Amino acid sequence: MKKVMAILEKEFKSFFYSPLAYVVLALFTALTGVFFYLYLSSFVEASFMDAIRSQQYRQPPQKLNVNLMLIRPYFWNIALITLFTLPIVTMRLFSEEKKQGTVELLYTTPLSSTQIILGKFLAGLTLSAALLIPTMFFQGLLFVYGDPEFWPVVSGYIGLLLMGSAFISMGLFISTTTENQIIAAIGGFALALLLWIIGWGANFAGPSLAPLLEYVSIINHFEDFAQGVVDTSHLAYYLLFTFVGIYFSLKSVESVKWRA
Amino acid sequence: MIEVKDLTRYYGQKRAISNVSFNVQKGEILGLLGPNAAGKTTTMRILTCYMPPTSGTATIGGYDIFEQSMEVRTITGYLPENPPIYPDLEVNDYLKFVAKIKGVEKNRIEKEVDAAVEKASLGDVRNRVIGKLSKGYKQRVGLAQSLINNPQVVILDEPTVGLDPKQIIEIRELIRSLKGEHTIILSSHILPEVEQTCERVVIISNGRVVAEDTPENLTTRMRGSERVQLEVEGDEDAIKKALGSLPDILSTRIETKDNGVCKVVVESKSDLRKEMAKSLVDSNLGLLELHPDKATLEDIFLHLTTKEEGA
Repeated sequence: MKKVMAILEKEFKSFFYSPLAYVVLALFTALTGVFFYLYLSSFVEASFMDAIRSQQYRQPPQKLNVNLMLIRPYFWNIALITLFTLPIVTMRLFSEEKKQGTVELLYTTPLSSTQIILGKFLAGLTLSAALLIPTMFFQGLLFVYGDPEFWPVVSGYIGLLLMGSAFISMGLFISTTTENQIIAAIGGFALALLLWIIGWGANFAGPSLAPLLEYVSIINHFEDFAQGVVDTSHLAYYLLFTFVGIYFSLKSVESVKWRA
Repeated sequence: MIEVKDLTRYYGQKRAISNVSFNVQKGEILGLLGPNAAGKTTTMRILTCYMPPTSGTATIGGYDIFEQSMEVRTITGYLPENPPIYPDLEVNDYLKFVAKIKGVEKNRIEKEVDAAVEKASLGDVRNRVIGKLSKGYKQRVGLAQSLINNPQVVILDEPTVGLDPKQIIEIRELIRSLKGEHTIILSSHILPEVEQTCERVVIISNGRVVAEDTPENLTTRMRGSERVQLEVEGDEDAIKKALGSLPDILSTRIETKDNGVCKVVVESKSDLRKEMAKSLVDSNLGLLELHPDKATLEDIFLHLTTKEEGA
């Protein structure tokens, strides 16, 4: 475990000593910030219109639901931005080691493949969690000036983290297969996008295929989390996905070693 | 300390090394000498457990490289041809990281890093980012990395390649200073380099060990000696006697004997082909074949020396 932590720490250091970290953080914060602003503006406008209407018709104002109108769609947006950002985080995890030749260090020191992969996976997961911090700040503002329901926000973040861990395990696997970071990023992104939109095919697929496509689609499982429901079947999907990703990464690392 | 036995490794259909065997004593510096693509890196990668051999075994400090790989890795330090450095990290952070993955106890990490920095004379650049250092310093960082956790065995793959002459001298001195404390294998394609640093040399060519000796012996053996291969029909002793009577003969070796036909290798100080033929025929022995031996060793040696002059 100490060695796993050492790898995690090293990944963090090289990530934050390079400009990449700041580009990713800035982009993620800017995009999620813009989306937050847009949703907030439209929500304020809707509340404003409602207030005017209630005065005109002399009815008590309807209380608009922040969770429904703002927080839930906002989570969807963060999820989408995650899809674009995480491949950039995962692309370097293994490809860079291969390119720099530092795999020779990792493979010839007393480290097991499991320790290497776990350290790298955890580093990716922690980074993806760090990306979410600014959005927590945005949503915190809602609690200062209003009173949204708290738990749906928590479950939304749990969902984002779980989906993030699925993306990261997949990105890590792709990163183990190539020494080219660009290929790793594009591959990770393409696969994530495919898993995202595959559920749309369910509308046109036959009755036997449709449930399968819906189940495989990575975003379908996020829906409940965004609504404030933590369903064990969706939890299981993400955990299984992550496990498979990590397992494949391990096998990939070991097979490369044997083929060399 | 290190026993290598019949290592063979294929990359797909291509054979990189075959039946490589040698031993290294404790505290010794052994040079693996050979032209490029001879199989030096492959041999070292197998010894450091980077990849398994196709067949054959090796033990380091009594541990089997395949069965007890973690133990082998613990007592071995390795500097690959390209130093395995992270350009974004500072020298100090990098060495600490290496100490941690080598399993150095927490309270000893500082000490180990200090010792490695000291040995590789990295004091001036400890807090610099590795990517910004010169090639010579990067190489030294790589060397410092291999010395962390005070390994019994240090394996260095072409440690002076790409350095300027002053840096080469520094690195060679550094390697010599490690002698005794560590058992060292280093590879090179430059003969004078191994002459200066190593006590014993194994020459590899086309994936095979072609010679193993001290650098001095190799040099004298190769300089000013002629090798001739003969096929002679007749009795071993008679052959030896007929050839031994000639002056300037250094050695006569019967390689194989098959149906009364001996394959003989003769080393001499000068070209004695005429005299040998005459002497054999005079002794009523059947001389079937005689040709100068452009042995692989000589070719390689020539190759290595000319290479060095060019460099």
